[in-house]
Amino acid sequence: MLKFTQEHEWLQIDGDIATVGITTHAAEQLGDLVFVELPDTGATFDKNDNAATVESVKAASDVYCPLAGEIVESNPAIVADPALVNSDPMGAGWFFKLKLANPADAEALLDEAAYKELIA
Amino acid sequence: MDDTATLKQTPLHALHVSLGARMVPFAGYDMPVQYPAGVMKEHLQTRNACGLFDVSHMGQVLVRARSGNNDDAALALESLVPADILGLKPGRQRYGFFTDDDGCILDDLMIANRGDHFFVVVNAGCKDADFAHLEKHLGKSCEITPLNDRALLALQGPRAEGVLAEFWADISDMKFMDVRDIEIHDVACIVSRSGYSGEDGFEISVPADRAETIAKALLEHPDVEPIGLGARDSLRLEAGLCLYGNDIDTTTTPVEAALEWAMQKARRNGGARAGGFPGAERILSELDAGAPRRRVGLKPDGKAPVRSHAKLFADAEGAEEIGEVTSGTFGPNAEGPVAMGYVPTALSVVGTQIFAEVRGKFLPMTVTALPFVTPTYKR
Repeated sequence: MLKFTQEHEWLQIDGDIATVGITTHAAEQLGDLVFVELPDTGATFDKNDNAATVESVKAASDVYCPLAGEIVESNPAIVADPALVNSDPMGAGWFFKLKLANPADAEALLDEAAYKELIA
Repeated sequence: MDDTATLKQTPLHALHVSLGARMVPFAGYDMPVQYPAGVMKEHLQTRNACGLFDVSHMGQVLVRARSGNNDDAALALESLVPADILGLKPGRQRYGFFTDDDGCILDDLMIANRGDHFFVVVNAGCKDADFAHLEKHLGKSCEITPLNDRALLALQGPRAEGVLAEFWADISDMKFMDVRDIEIHDVACIVSRSGYSGEDGFEISVPADRAETIAKALLEHPDVEPIGLGARDSLRLEAGLCLYGNDIDTTTTPVEAALEWAMQKARRNGGARAGGFPGAERILSELDAGAPRRRVGLKPDGKAPVRSHAKLFADAEGAEEIGEVTSGTFGPNAEGPVAMGYVPTALSVVGTQIFAEVRGKFLPMTVTALPFVTPTYKR
């Protein structure tokens, strides 16, 4: 199930594991990324906690944890090559995998149609 | 909240929008920060081929002696700028700065001797204050004429000479900091071999109503792409060049800013025309004895950019605060983050390790010689 947040993150949810990234719209707004800082495996976050940081040439931006949970994996590929987020934000440019504390909370997030309306 | 309706526009505004530029407010103007290519590609384009920048927001002003003797205009400018302007030959330009009574910097600028007058280019954010400064102090002896009807383009990169030579054959014998009147497409332009990118290139002053025609003609050349302010900043930072408001301002003296090279011997103690500019006492004494702090290049050891206003510390625990970063970004040619900042002179030796506070952590940085990327000026 693919969900979106108002802060321009996407979640690909499979059972209680969500793969999280930033949307194409967010990547375009940020411009060329030059640095990504990801959370450690095992770190826990509440919904909307600051989980990661991205830096474009011009400025730093926070990436929020879309739902409460525990980081089970971070994507080393985007740390090594931040440009991957710009070239494939919805696929290979994923940020981290989150074990959801309350999978049911995902229902309240935006579906694709609602997100498209948000950025229209 | 910025109201785009109150922002000024350069003569190339419509062109930027038509090229898909992302426009942002800068110094009261609606300016292109990047085009669809993006900051990284635009930066590399300039270093590898040729980029065209709209810098029409900057101030252009003529200074002409009422006496009719250009030396009088030179001396008048020397009363405001600690540079040797009397010794600047016609057809040459020089970097300088206005100083204040504290010996600090009011703005940095380029001064060109055009034979019977001087042509001065100042920063956009300071231009109204600069024009007023010139009028107030030199208005009696000189006619001060802001050129409000001219645009300014910068063509920078190793292919810039080749591009411009297709429009005007004689530019290849121009050396770095030469200034000439040339015609491009029958339009009278003032061209200098100079820029803010660290690359060979030209700055071209054109009448505002011909600016779009000239810009489009240059952009038609396959080697030329439009470049925004984002890449302008990363290019100049890699080249070790100051940005007024960041690296130099009314709290920095020229010696602190490592700009001694712009104050020629004639104006120093023992020189033919020592002093005679605002803040001379402090500046001359710092030229002789040094200043307590110094602007240096800083290379973060890791990959995280360290930006302006980040505090600098002598130790990894952040116990001893020693200074501040004044500019920082990612340098595509340096292949990593680059920065400039002020440290105590004792810690300004290349290779010194210091620490910058970024998001609560103290990141190691190494004092590095400027520039980060070797300039390719055609001297």
